[in-house]
Amino acid sequence: MASLVGSRVERKEDKRFLTGKGRYTADINLVNQTYAIFVRSPHARASIKKLNIDKALKSSGVVSILTGKEIADEKIGGLIAGWAIRSEDGTEMKCPGNPPLAKDNVNFVGDPVAVVIAESLAEAKEAAEKVEVDYKVLKAVTSTADAMNGDTIHEGIDKNLCFDWLLGDRQKVKDAFDKADKVISIDIINNRLIPNAMEPRACVADYNAASEEITLYTTSQNPHLSRLIMSAFGNVAPEHKLRVVAPDVGGGFGSKINVYNEDIVCSWAAKKINRAIKWVAERSESFLTDIHGRDHVTHAELAVTKDGKFLGFKNETIANLGAYARVFGTVTPTYLFGPCATGVYEIPAAYTNVKAVYTNTAPVDAYRGAGRPEATYTIERLVEKASMELGIDKTELRIKNFPTAFPFKQTLVHTVDSGDYVAGMEKAKQMADYKGFEARRKESEGKGKLRGIGVTSYFEACGIAPSAAVMSLGCGVGLWESAEVRFNPTGQVTVYTGSHSHGQSHQTTFAQIAADELGVPIENIDVVHGDTDKGTFGMGTYGSRSLAVGGIAIVNACKKIVEKGKRVTAKMLEANPEDVEFKDGEFIVSKSNKKKTIGEVAFACYLPGVRDEMKSPLPEGDEPGLKETSFYDPSNFSFPAGTHIAEVEIDPETGHVKLEKYTACDDFGRIINPMVVEGQVHGGLAQGIGQALYENAEYDETGQLMTGSYMDYTMPRADNFPEFNIGYTCTHATTNPLGVKGCGEAGAIAAPPTVMNAVIDALGGQEVTMPATAEKVWKACKNLKKSNVKAA
Amino acid sequence: MGKISLEVNGRKVEKEAPDNTLLSTFLREHLQLTGTHIGCDTSQCGACVVHVDGNSLKSCTALAADVNGSKVTTIEGLETNGKMHPMQEAFKKLHGLQCGFCTPGMVMSAVDLLQKNKKPSDTEIRDWLEGNICRCTGYQNIVAAVKEAATKM
Repeated sequence: MASLVGSRVERKEDKRFLTGKGRYTADINLVNQTYAIFVRSPHARASIKKLNIDKALKSSGVVSILTGKEIADEKIGGLIAGWAIRSEDGTEMKCPGNPPLAKDNVNFVGDPVAVVIAESLAEAKEAAEKVEVDYKVLKAVTSTADAMNGDTIHEGIDKNLCFDWLLGDRQKVKDAFDKADKVISIDIINNRLIPNAMEPRACVADYNAASEEITLYTTSQNPHLSRLIMSAFGNVAPEHKLRVVAPDVGGGFGSKINVYNEDIVCSWAAKKINRAIKWVAERSESFLTDIHGRDHVTHAELAVTKDGKFLGFKNETIANLGAYARVFGTVTPTYLFGPCATGVYEIPAAYTNVKAVYTNTAPVDAYRGAGRPEATYTIERLVEKASMELGIDKTELRIKNFPTAFPFKQTLVHTVDSGDYVAGMEKAKQMADYKGFEARRKESEGKGKLRGIGVTSYFEACGIAPSAAVMSLGCGVGLWESAEVRFNPTGQVTVYTGSHSHGQSHQTTFAQIAADELGVPIENIDVVHGDTDKGTFGMGTYGSRSLAVGGIAIVNACKKIVEKGKRVTAKMLEANPEDVEFKDGEFIVSKSNKKKTIGEVAFACYLPGVRDEMKSPLPEGDEPGLKETSFYDPSNFSFPAGTHIAEVEIDPETGHVKLEKYTACDDFGRIINPMVVEGQVHGGLAQGIGQALYENAEYDETGQLMTGSYMDYTMPRADNFPEFNIGYTCTHATTNPLGVKGCGEAGAIAAPPTVMNAVIDALGGQEVTMPATAEKVWKACKNLKKSNVKAA
Repeated sequence: MGKISLEVNGRKVEKEAPDNTLLSTFLREHLQLTGTHIGCDTSQCGACVVHVDGNSLKSCTALAADVNGSKVTTIEGLETNGKMHPMQEAFKKLHGLQCGFCTPGMVMSAVDLLQKNKKPSDTEIRDWLEGNICRCTGYQNIVAAVKEAATKM
């Protein structure tokens, strides 16, 4: 039987999506449902003096209006930070309460203060207009860089500082810098982004008075985790009385990890009114209230010798958390950022210091890449600048500092099990025709254009993560994953996974894995996810963990099935279990022609007896049925790596940046489905290039979001990209049985510095902040002309 | 309230709906054709593209009453006798979709492109799809799928 792992298997999920039969949360309508509209703060920072719902209650069709008072009275818990981070001085981080409906204070535009529930959406909207809130508007804190000097947002949290965290050794770094021939320094901003999954967030909550169970359909990347948080911290219902279903979910990119205010409020309210409640975000609500990403201000330095060896690295960063610390809010700028900030290089001494600050803006949390794009941007902009200042070719300088042996003990935290960074660099150079660049630059010059080339070599730590390791670093849960593999008596297989697919193709790739492990045709395998009533538990999908953690749980559960199958076959064929081999769906007694198919074994497990004889095919100690579960806890992160090369052409008359070529050469270990991996790379690149050239979330000084619609926030479109040139090197991960590494975030991690290095190269080394809009680039081009005139 | 009469996916439908009902809302809420998606509130994203009298239209830009009497095709109406349209087949073959949310609008828009331009270049495809936002695919496989479909239609 040909192996399916490694093949371009077309997706099992596609037909329903292509024929309009997908079932997204907003497509769900329940009998007798009501509609919710949230009344949200129009101010970035204010205290609530008075909230009057009398007029609104009299509005047509209103079923109920609930406010922060009821939430507080009924002790419905708030939203939480999932990781506890300690400051350099040993003190614990400081987190404000974050009630699902604000009672006394609002802290960003969009912070909800009440929910209006009515018979129709139109009536809910009309009544919401009649809720009177008397705010005392306070001065907002919006700037990341100045947040520590602003008014105190949350009582008791001085300087708006959540924590002041250090990873590394300041003294060792100082010693290294003292020995340096040269210090390269850089000030960079990692621009704030809005994830913008195409499906806006939504939820439908239902209450069954007979079973006393709440069912919440919601746009989540991790329904079990949502249930755990809503139950343990939200006090909404005990876990066995709360079912969370995340059906088809239209993209997440991190923005649907969090439990949101609306999930808690609608679940709680559905029980109160004993009716179903539907809420669907308008896009403008998504802009205001989905978590945002990035938003760092960084000063970094690299100590080098004159021949280009790296000696030390310093990273001083202020990270904006927004108004509240949410699930991955505090780990994103710390353990997902600091360890990767030294990049793919051997740097003997390094530290990263992060001051995480609160501001009156939407909460900032994990967005595709989460911390690692910020880390890679820091080191790769710095290395590119070093290559300019030292006059060493940018690829040679990188190679000079690559590790030469694996496992590679990276400076701050990780031990990278496998990789070949030189091979990745050489292949990328060849794919990009790096040698031919100077000729292309001249050609552009002939047309009056500026051409630049940019390089990034990256690694990232994903496939999160060993439970003991992450919990030692403050994570509130373990990050294992579960799988259950269930045979039907007639031989088809259902795989239950705790991972969640919202575009990642698990229904196909996980079925490929199970098909190979069990020797069952892929059409007889269904993958089920996204429902807390189906499958044991799951930590969900983020941090490129589905395959490297969830996929391995499936492999392990399949192996247990095979082990049981061997025992049953041995009993059925009167052989020793040790003599039974399993291959391509058949259990074969070695050195004989006796065998059973896995289908026959499954049938025997469920119907363990024969007519007229007292006989069971089951060995003593084995129970009937054929179903196995695995909870897999990885032994390490996975470490994809690679080199990307971009070329841009700039029109100095307009400042327009045209991305001419983009080459990505990645090492994702073993690839399960090349077609799916290419799709993941393309999508990640589009988001990374979007950050570099187009996207920016901007607040004004009063805390109003200036980029709150697709008219104002530049989403990358089809005509913004060239055809990407994608290639791979492959070193198998040694820390999991499939040899796989995560691939979902690499594009978004590597692309921003790659593109910006090319832009800045074209601009003769002038710094430009992301996104490199025509206006900024045009100004830089004017400076370039001035300096050329001076030089002449 | 007014009476809306349309031919949707080959079937005549007549429903009462408030005068301010958008075509997108009419399809989703009144006809339960939930394949047409709503991804924004400013007519930018293109997830709601359908065909009205043969031409692609963002169904959130028209009132149902505006298109009264028209023939409307939604993503649910693109198959013939249970067989997917060549554009749908090409999207499947070349992985032109991931989460699937923008897909119905993307496919309906692309079908209209090939009605108007049988052999579009890459640039023409990318220009045409400028009104459809996809956050997952980086568009590369969508462009490839449209080219593939052009060879089959």
